[in-house]
This record gives sequence, C-alpha cells and structure tokens, in this order.
Amino acid sequence: MSTRHEVWITGVGLVTALGEGPEANWTRLKTGESPVFDDKTFSPYITFPNVPINLDTQIPKKGDQRQMETWQRIGVYAAGLALTDAGIAKNTDILDKADMIVAAGGGERDISVDSTIMTEVRKSGKSDAFVNERLMSDLRPTLFLAQLPNLLAGNISLVHGVVGSSRTFMGEESSGVDALRVAHSRIAAGQSDICLVGGAYHGTRWDLVLLFRLGTPLLEAPFKPVWDRGPAGALALGTMGAFVVVESREHAEKRGAKPLARLASLHSSRNLRKPGESETTLREELAAVMPSVKKDKAVVISGASGAEPATSEEKKVLAETGLPVRATATYIGNGMEAQFLANIVLGCQAVREGTLFPPSGSGDHGDATNGISQALVTSVGHWRGEGLALIERVD
Amino acid sequence: MATRRDKKGRPVVAITGMGMVTPLGTGKQDNWKRLTAGESGIRTISRFATDGLRTTIAGAVDHEFEEGMHSAALSEKLARIAGTEAIAESGIGSKGDFPGPFFLAFPPIEIEWAQRFAIAAVSGANDVVEYSDLVRVAPRPEFGGFYEQCKYGVVPDTLAEYFGTKGSPISLTTACASGATAIQLGLEAIQRGECQAALAIGADGSITAESVVRFSLLSALSTNNASPQGASRPFSKNRDGFVLAEGAAALVLEDYDHAVARGAKILGIVEGVGEKADNFHRTRSSPDGKPVISCMRNALSDAGVTPADVDYINAHGTSTPENDKMEYLGVSTVFGEHLKNIPISSNKSMVGHTLTAAGAIEAVVSAMTILNQRIPPTINYEVPDPGIPLDVVPNKARDAKVRRVISNSFGFGGQNTCLVLTGEPN
Repeated sequence: MSTRHEVWITGVGLVTALGEGPEANWTRLKTGESPVFDDKTFSPYITFPNVPINLDTQIPKKGDQRQMETWQRIGVYAAGLALTDAGIAKNTDILDKADMIVAAGGGERDISVDSTIMTEVRKSGKSDAFVNERLMSDLRPTLFLAQLPNLLAGNISLVHGVVGSSRTFMGEESSGVDALRVAHSRIAAGQSDICLVGGAYHGTRWDLVLLFRLGTPLLEAPFKPVWDRGPAGALALGTMGAFVVVESREHAEKRGAKPLARLASLHSSRNLRKPGESETTLREELAAVMPSVKKDKAVVISGASGAEPATSEEKKVLAETGLPVRATATYIGNGMEAQFLANIVLGCQAVREGTLFPPSGSGDHGDATNGISQALVTSVGHWRGEGLALIERVD
Repeated sequence: MATRRDKKGRPVVAITGMGMVTPLGTGKQDNWKRLTAGESGIRTISRFATDGLRTTIAGAVDHEFEEGMHSAALSEKLARIAGTEAIAESGIGSKGDFPGPFFLAFPPIEIEWAQRFAIAAVSGANDVVEYSDLVRVAPRPEFGGFYEQCKYGVVPDTLAEYFGTKGSPISLTTACASGATAIQLGLEAIQRGECQAALAIGADGSITAESVVRFSLLSALSTNNASPQGASRPFSKNRDGFVLAEGAAALVLEDYDHAVARGAKILGIVEGVGEKADNFHRTRSSPDGKPVISCMRNALSDAGVTPADVDYINAHGTSTPENDKMEYLGVSTVFGEHLKNIPISSNKSMVGHTLTAAGAIEAVVSAMTILNQRIPPTINYEVPDPGIPLDVVPNKARDAKVRRVISNSFGFGGQNTCLVLTGEPN
C-alpha cells in the first residue's frame, strides 16, 4: 500500500441555480449579476431552485424518470454529465469496474398525503389507526425507493451502469467532503482506479424548508451574500447536483483521458462548534496545505454556508491567508450533501480558466490577476464539519 | 514490532472487540446463547397501533425502547450499547478516547408523525393543514429538538464525541448491506495504513408504523401474523417475506500487529471483502445472479482464498421468495460441487431482518461461529424448498470445524457486499 498514486479529476457534472455545466455556471458568475433566487414559493424565505434541465438527455427512459423523485433525477442527470465529460459514459468495460461514492440526504415525502392526514386526523377517533390506513391506501408503493438515500446511487447504477461498487454517505455538508476524501484515499493507495463521486440536493421543497426552519434561520428579503447575514446567520436552501470522476493518473493516461485538475489533498474534521473551534480546525487544515500552495497562483472557493458564527470564523481565517476568496453559496444557495462537490467543480473551472468572478459581500476579496493554477475549496458545514481540498491545474 | 502482512502484502486486520444487541437480548454472550438455542426474537408489535397494517409482527428491540423514543434516539442508543461493549472488550484506548476513525451504518431518519402532529397542533390552521402552516410556527423554541434529532449528521457526531473517535465520522447507508460496508470502510482505512484501529457499527432502531407500511407496499414483509416466531423462514418453501427487526453490532477493527503488541485477544480476522452493484432493478436482483456471484468471487479473491477454503456461509437469507432463490443461485455457482460440504444458515430466521445493522450483526455472529466452533441454525425450517437444496443447519445448532466464513449482505438499490472472516492466524 506504500505506492502513492496521483489523483486526477477527469470529468465533472453540475446543475445549479446558475446553470448546467461548469462553463455555464462560470459564465454567469463572471457577469457579476445579482443572484437569481425565488422569494415567492416559500415566502418569506429565499431559495435557489435549479435551472430547467432536459432529463431525457441523461435519463432516456421515462420509466426510470417516473421511479425517481426530483433529488434523484437531478443527481442521476449530473452524474451522467460527469461520466460523459470524463469520456466513460456507456463504456461498459470501465463502468463495470468503476467505484461510486454518493453523498445523499433523504428523499422527499408526499406532501399532499401528509397534508391530508394532518387535516383529517383531527376528525378521526383513533389517530394511529387513521394514519396507518391512510398511508397504506394513499402512498405510492414505489415512493419509498425515491426516499432511500442509497437509491440515488442505485439509480445511477441502473441508468448509467456504474457497478464496480456503490457506497452512500450521509450527513449534510461533511458527507460530500468525506465521499471525495475516501475516494481520493482509495485511489492514492491503489485500492481503486476510478470513482464517480457526487451528491444531489433538492432543498426547494416544503419538508426540508420545515426541517431547517425548526432549528435554524432561513434567509428572508432583502437578499444578502453569505458573509453578511447578521449575527444569527441564515441559510438559503438550494437545489443542485454535482458529480466528479476521479481516477489515478495511470488509469487516465492509459485510456488517453486529460485531467481537468489534480486533487492534491483533502482534509476533513469536526469539533463541537464552541466559539472559535471552527476557526481553529480550519486553521489547522490550512496549515497542512499551505506549504503546497503558490501564494500568487491560488484562490479560495469557499463553501461558507451563511450560518453563524461559523461563517464569520471562516471569513477571518481565510482573510489571514491573503488569498483571493469567493463564496459560491451566495449564488447557488445551500445544497448540503452536494455543496462541496459543486464547489470542487467550480474550483476546477477556476484553475482551468485561470480567473475569478467579481466579489460579493464582505468575505469576498482579492482578485486573480496573475492567472491562477490552484484552488483551495472549503466546506464549513452549517452545523458541523470543516473540510478543505486543494486542487491544481495539471500543466 | 513484527510486521504481519496478508497475501496481498497489506496489514492484517483483526477484530479485537465485538458488541451486539438484537430483539433476542443485549450483549453478545446472551445473544449467542439464544442464537445457538434456536430462539426467535420476533413478536407481535406492541410499540404502536397496528390497525390497518398488513403485517403486525416484528423483531423490535422493546427491551431497550423507552416510551416516546424517536427512531434516531433508539438507533443511537443501540449503537451506543454495542459500541460500548465492543470497546470494553477490546481494551483499546481509554473511556471516551478511541484511537481511530468511526464508520456508522445508520438508517435514514426524518420527522415522524408525533412531531408533525405536535407542530400542526399549534399551527392554528383551521380548514386544511398545509406544510406552510407548519413552517410558520416552526421557529418556536420548543421544536428546536426536532431539527437536532432529524438531521443526518447529528447521531454520528454525538457518538463520535461519546466514543472519542478521531476525525470526521462517516455515517453511511448501503441499504441492507450497510453494516458490512461500515466494516469494509474500516478495513480499508487500516489496510491503507491511515490508522491502526477503527470502530465500525451498524445500528437500526427504526421500526415505526410508516416503515412497516413502506415495506408492506413493496410486498417485502411476511404477513404470517398468527405465528410471529415462525414467520421468518429462510430457504423454506413456504417463506413469504422478511420480518422487520432492530438491533446493532459493533466491531473494533485493529491492525493485527498493533493488537498483538498491546496483548489484545484476537477474536477474528477480516480477511477480505467484495462488492458489486447490480443494475438490473431497484429492488430485484439480476435473474442471472451475476452481481451476487461477482460479489462473492471478489471477496474470495480479495482474501486470496478459493471456494474450497470456506467452511460456512452466513447467509443474507432474508426469507423473501426472491432473495433466497437468488442467494442459492449465487452460492451454487460460486461453490459448485463443494457447496454440499458447506453449511449455510440464516441468523435472520431468529433475529429478523435488522436492515442497516444486519451486516454488522451477522459479521459478529460469523466471528463467534469460528471462535466457538458451533454454527447457529436456520430455524423454522419445516418445509424444505426443493429448488434450494442447501444444508441450512435446520432448526438446531451444530458443532463443526469452521476456519473460514463468508457473510453475505444484499440490499435494495443493487447493493451487494460479502465479507470473508477467519480465526486468529497460527
């Protein structure tokens, strides 16, 4: 296990509120336009629905589409984009051995069934029995399969044929970091040659708006960038799908694949989030990475969530690095399990383009005037988890 | 320090601590006694009203359930019980300071009806109760606990803090293979040399009326409500579905050299693991059995052994018509003629199907089978299925020479994982 393998990102797929694909996302970011969000559907709360996508291009069978709910469709779609980008879509020889790690939350409930039960239970004598009977008669039998977290991976196996292995991690932002970390570690150690890693999140739905509003502030008008949402902080739930194909350099070169970027290192940690702990953890992770960072060629793509005090602590630590910083959640909202992977895709685009987009809010600063080749991607989860990756252009 | 390596040149991964809780009881010794006595943990559900349900039996862990507990709370409690037992046996680290990462197989959790009704009750909605009504009153402080309970990251974080594991805890689901996947992740981390010990737990305490409904609607559950203890009948001709159950198991995985150096008792070796995803159907296995076959072959190959080296198969054996037929096709293809010499039994005949926990529970039982040289039976085996000619160790435990075991786990979403376990090396 001592042989270390270089880990390349050879394909990416992305769907966000900004657009489909890294180029479309990047182009929109570079215009410096104000974020486009929805402040009506879940009024007074602001959310970031994804741009419309043509599912048929990645999920050709309508039967497959019907068996999934929105979060799975977006994920399977983004996974297809990544496999296509990597040049391995439909390549059964490779897909048969390709590993997969998906970061996933739970699927959506049937809101109308829930609403009916909540309404009518008040008239029923035996509420338990009433709930049982309604669920038995009203739930679509296959809805369960659209709710199980591992069925995003299952649907990717079905639709795209990735069948080497299939693992699903859970736990909001951290699960995305850990999915990529484990894939990176396995490839670097020679336990895996190629792995599809990603996540999808459908935050623009009532059951999740409810869950988050039970315990954390959600953003209301007027809109503010993630850095400037006041002492209580606020999230703006988003819908997104983000996948990457990572593989060993040897595996990529053998099949003639070009690297979009090198995944140089990855860190993931946790603490109890006492005041200052996020700051300390992130600082430790940065200290481990900074010796490899070329100061005038690197930028930070921040996954700051808008939750406080974590976001303010991250702002402070990032400012100390002296590197240009951009937070993307200002434009795409909070995508939990998918957030970090979305930022990895955007980080790849940053090192490909060698530029940055205009700043927005008090934590965004600096500019990439020299043609950058490295991106530090952070993930300071809204509740737990501090993650950091270094990706770099392969020259 | 000696440097023992496996056939692939990797660090050897030992099991130095194990813990278990199932509907049969708490603690691995109590469970072992009952498993080898052929006892069933399946009962009529008493935790909630079953009016209107097609299935009214389950292997609920009622002896650890506390009134009003949410699925997340019970699952966490079961994980804590099993983890505490495993770490204590291992003697590794110190209390609240486990020297390695944490891999937790855990069920997906969500807001439950009791919580939804509590929020709806204060929503003030008169005519129709919509989610928007719930959201309006959601910020009230008394509901903050619901959020903490239902976020996926909370339980792994709480347990990581409790056990003092290192790094970001990974909670995972691969459906009914989850427990085996947790072990696999720990095994791989030790093989990479990232750590010298890892804690792997599979836990599931998520039996609710809605979970029964969900599996019922997929026609997955036994409806033999009249005979709870006889309902889980793996490999029998009259099997009619699985029985939902709860439980947890924990394993302390440790670099063999590290374990020997600190004088730890070696309870077993995780020799290899195989996996293979199935892309045939969301709930059904490929009819040609190829993914299941590849999965077992990958496991044997990873361990560097052949089918002839296997003495016992701890079956996935759910008692659904389809699974057991498919598992037979798989093992008969992989083991061929040698299969007639290999006993294969299903712990689920006694425990039920503990879903997320099953792979971990069955790994612990597999290790105990080697340690005790005794094979737990497949109970309720009264009507053999002529299409599945297996030595299922019918109804009574059996003493046998068991050096190596494979433990199968297959799940919805095309998940297949197979572990190879053996005893302490000579």
